[in-house]
Amino acid sequence: MQIPVLKRAVAALFVAVVVSLASRPAMAIPAFARKYGLPCSACHEAWPKLNNFGQTFRDNGYQLGNDRDAPIYQNPSYFPSTVRITPQWHMENSGRTAVDAVPGNASSGLVESRNIRSSGFDLSGFDLWTAGTVSKNISFLVLPSADATAAFHFESFWVRFDNLLGTHWLNLKVGKHELDLPVSEKRELTLSNDGANYQVYHFAPGNPLLPLGNGQVNGFGLGNNQLGLELSGHSHNSYTRYAFSLVSNTDGQPNLPSSSGYDFYAHLSQAVELPHMGLQRFGVLGFRGVVPTYFQTANGAVISGSGAGDRSFYRAGAYGIWYLGKFDLSTVFMHGQDSAFLATGTPSTQVLPAGGRSATWNGGFAELHYNPNPQLVLVGRYELIRMAQQGFPLGTLLTNNHPLFARFGNIDNYVLGYRWYPIMISRGGLAWHQEYSWLRSLGTAPLSGLNVAGSSYMMGFDVAF
Amino acid sequence: MHNQLRFIIAAAALLAANAALAQDAKVGSLVGDVHQGQQVYRRYCIGCHGARGDGLGDNAPWVDPKPRDFTSATFKCRSTPTGTLPTDEDLFNTIGRGLHATAMPSWGALTKQQRINLVAYIKSFSPRFKEEKAGDPIPIPAESPATAESVHRGAELFQKMNCWSCHGKQGHGNGPSSVGLTDSKGFPITPYDFTSTSQFKCGEGSHDLYRAFMTGLDGTPMPSFADSLEPSAAWDLVHYVQTFGTSKGRVKPVPAGTIRASAPENRPSPADSKDKAKAGGGSEQQ
Repeated sequence: MQIPVLKRAVAALFVAVVVSLASRPAMAIPAFARKYGLPCSACHEAWPKLNNFGQTFRDNGYQLGNDRDAPIYQNPSYFPSTVRITPQWHMENSGRTAVDAVPGNASSGLVESRNIRSSGFDLSGFDLWTAGTVSKNISFLVLPSADATAAFHFESFWVRFDNLLGTHWLNLKVGKHELDLPVSEKRELTLSNDGANYQVYHFAPGNPLLPLGNGQVNGFGLGNNQLGLELSGHSHNSYTRYAFSLVSNTDGQPNLPSSSGYDFYAHLSQAVELPHMGLQRFGVLGFRGVVPTYFQTANGAVISGSGAGDRSFYRAGAYGIWYLGKFDLSTVFMHGQDSAFLATGTPSTQVLPAGGRSATWNGGFAELHYNPNPQLVLVGRYELIRMAQQGFPLGTLLTNNHPLFARFGNIDNYVLGYRWYPIMISRGGLAWHQEYSWLRSLGTAPLSGLNVAGSSYMMGFDVAF
Repeated sequence: MHNQLRFIIAAAALLAANAALAQDAKVGSLVGDVHQGQQVYRRYCIGCHGARGDGLGDNAPWVDPKPRDFTSATFKCRSTPTGTLPTDEDLFNTIGRGLHATAMPSWGALTKQQRINLVAYIKSFSPRFKEEKAGDPIPIPAESPATAESVHRGAELFQKMNCWSCHGKQGHGNGPSSVGLTDSKGFPITPYDFTSTSQFKCGEGSHDLYRAFMTGLDGTPMPSFADSLEPSAAWDLVHYVQTFGTSKGRVKPVPAGTIRASAPENRPSPADSKDKAKAGGGSEQQ
């Protein structure tokens, strides 16, 4: 008789705990909440994704425009630091991978495994960042980031001169920075191996004539932080925004490892408020870059920074971010082109292979969020990339003796997940994250030339302090 | 049949009443919704103003001046006479503008619909909004020219009306009466430092300053001068106060030194050139 009562009591306690956690007010993010005393949900639709107020705050150089912007107004002990890491359990499936026929025997020849599965507890990378203002209208960000083995690199490091000439329309950033993308990849709500990156921000056609069909001359990714300058501006409420970046063609890598070329990026956007729907934003973007097609060598070894024979590529896109009450939908379309030399992996000192031409493709994604309250967000995304023109003539035999076909390299990606934020206090936040993603590319199996599909599943705690 | 009709009419009246309660803020064509406003409030405001709107949010202990207590329905920035409720537009504008020299930022990045929803929800914290109507906005006559003579008359008024006793003779907010001032809830409060910025608490325009003189800042020691200042005199005072700040073209340039130097009581004191905090309140008691 006592057991049912106990069960009911435990159940009631569980419900009470869940309800009390679920109804806790969303509170501040670590670094800036301590400075401004605002709830984290003020700047984030669901952290780390910014809402328009957060975007305006960021556009203002991490300033609200009140008396708390300059560090002189802060308690001397205040230091704007944040750490973030995601302990997790995840499972990875990799389809059609080339493996040795006899494990451990490299001379046994390659065969194609149907699937390789791995799973277990793991760590994410680790971010240790500080950001804020060193003075009124001079802001900064320093972000040393480590992989799961604690090997650090500078993910981002910049200084920004805000409101030059007293206007929101002139801000100059110098250093390694995230390009002002339509949907920030650094603030996305998906974390799994196959779902953490937007494919269209990183896609470049692999050279199908290189071994395993995965060779890639142009490793550029729009989603990678770049080294250079950014001139940006915005209206008072950031409804109208622009950004131009001039960056070295190193794809964000320090020590000048590439040639001496420069890349350009531009992004323009406008938001309008529709009655009873919310803020709708649309815009256009473009990136034009160059990549060296060969390097000077010494005894066959590449001399870093000696790249030459630059050839161009570009990315162009248009997008809309649509709000309807508690739903928002991000729709991004991108078009890309790599020059024939990049697409075929040919040094500019050599003649292009017969029929060699530029590679072009189209892609995009639609990402839907449902945000019933500041502490819960559901995420769904579909992304695709479709080759419009291969760099080599169709029918060219690949290294696996399969003919190149028009859809070779096309990508489809589905992501589904949710984040629940049971704890958001002024010193830190904790999100429970679950996500499944599935990724397929056409015809890229190294031996059989079949489609390759993989998937990721993860669940874990995203911790920010 | 009659009963059914009565029931339908009663239900319709109830629905209409509910709808009216749910949409009790209006600015132009914008209509605020209490329930939507609650969501917006929870996202943006609760940290300082608290779940009950009493200004006792988690961050309140570290915020100075203290967050507004909405349950008392006492608001600084109004277009209505002292002691009366603000209009919906007053609250809407305050949210969009923020309150300078406080922790309250501009929420202009929110959509207008979000802001009017917030107004609706904020009003739900106090029963006064159900029992009283907002006051009638005070009239603001056309601004008189900001001539040197007007500024000079304003300087005399600044002295005569004892504005200096709180705000200091140089507008630093460090007059002899500035020490120990408290707001209506007993929290310490300091007079506004006019020299710190081109912005004022309730707006940066001449009309905003005029309005503040005439309505007072309810909940603070700043009274309304509607009964003691003629409109033309109030404009003179506006023009004088604007000479203190780092104004950017709000008032016609006045030859440097001619006005303040000509008023003996406004000679800079040694304390005025020091740090405000060090000068304290008594430094100007010459």
